[in-house]
Amino acid sequence: MKKLTLTGKRLCYFFFLLLLSSPAISIEHEIHRKFLVPPPPFSEGIFPCSQCHQGMPVNRTPRKLEMMHQDIVLNHMPGGWCFDCHNPDNRDTLRLANGKIVKFEESYNLCGQCHGTILREWKAGLHGKRTGMWNGEKQYLLCVHCHWPHDPAFKAITPMPPPVRPADIK
Amino acid sequence: MEEDGRRSGGIDRRAFLQGAALGLATLALPLGRADASFWESFFQKHFREMNDDEIKQVIDRLEKEYAQKFGKQIEIGADKPIPGVLYGYGLDLSRCIGCRRCVYGCVEENNQSLDPQIHWITVLRFKKGEKWVDLENSEKYYNPEKVPEEEYFYMPVQCQQCENPPCVRACPTQATWKDPDGIVVIDYNWCIGCRYCMAACPYGARRFNWGSPKRPVEKINPKTHYLGNRPRYRGVVEKCTFCIQRTRKDPGRYPACVEACPVGARKFGNLLDPNSEIRYAIEHKRVFRLKEDLNTYPKFYYFFAYGK
Repeated sequence: MKKLTLTGKRLCYFFFLLLLSSPAISIEHEIHRKFLVPPPPFSEGIFPCSQCHQGMPVNRTPRKLEMMHQDIVLNHMPGGWCFDCHNPDNRDTLRLANGKIVKFEESYNLCGQCHGTILREWKAGLHGKRTGMWNGEKQYLLCVHCHWPHDPAFKAITPMPPPVRPADIK
Repeated sequence: MEEDGRRSGGIDRRAFLQGAALGLATLALPLGRADASFWESFFQKHFREMNDDEIKQVIDRLEKEYAQKFGKQIEIGADKPIPGVLYGYGLDLSRCIGCRRCVYGCVEENNQSLDPQIHWITVLRFKKGEKWVDLENSEKYYNPEKVPEEEYFYMPVQCQQCENPPCVRACPTQATWKDPDGIVVIDYNWCIGCRYCMAACPYGARRFNWGSPKRPVEKINPKTHYLGNRPRYRGVVEKCTFCIQRTRKDPGRYPACVEACPVGARKFGNLLDPNSEIRYAIEHKRVFRLKEDLNTYPKFYYFFAYGK
């Protein structure tokens, strides 16, 4: 009788542990899931950044850029500066607020620091455009393919022509 | 005596009428056209009553006809519905910017006629404000410099692939029906062009070929499906098929409008798969179906990914 309760207890522990471990497994799976994305939309000849920045001193003071990158007007997170996202120690990578380094190909993790709900929906396939197979390999797009990170609001575009009016059909 | 004489003297009325009807019927048959292809198409069985061999024969015949007509090899598929799949479509109204890329993406994929112009998708524009989806005051010919416009929102409408499709019940020849994967299809060889289905459709989703469809040969998409985007005839009805030639494959591509949408407002997937994008939208977002009150049960879901 006593022995039986012991086995029962062990069984209980086992199930308890199983219960604990199962969400952990699913979260782990979520983190390491790979998304098929095209290469990031760099301007022509700009990458790798280290081809110019290698050996250049790091200037952390916010200022108006005059030598290079003058086209970048930061219209995203006012008061921000390059190194909020770019990694000063290796320009070919990005850096999260917690110091973790991410590649340009996985920049969605960087955007997800603030836009967490959007990132969740992007992963679920709801936010953003998908191409490829509906029941197979899906091609994702990075956030930056549609939202230029320095000025991310979606810009208005020219519509395609309206349908022919019945009166105009010859 | 008199009666008998009358009967024996000539042919009786019944026999005369029978003979006349037969004679007229023979006259009506175009016996002059003796080619085998014509007779085969004349006696073609209903698509759902044909076995695989018979379908193959029909497709071979049509491929030959198209090759003759267009001087180009057009491949006609007849993929069957995939078991365990019920197609569903989602459209995010909070993202649609009304740019009509989907309309023209659809035309390219599905070989619609350019002249007279046929579009399977209509994008409606509504004024933001007190009245919500106000179909009567919607505008489909809007043409501003840039979209989206501040005071408007947009709603593309196409075939809603109803679970309870009124168009199917209206068809007198059963040329249109709902397949088990939920797609309402049309057999262009059985359509007689009566347009009853168009009158029955509450969404205005069906289009009629008033003239011979015109499309430059080099612009014809050669990958087609018998029930989908194969070249149509004058006098038949056509409509959106969720790109049956792409989606009814394993793995199958997304419909052309999904791939054309620049803002990712269009979602497509299997309603029976709990991990699909469309299920995520239905379970997490504000969703509605167009004209729900008509009991048509569309499989086309409009939703709002964010609550503006």
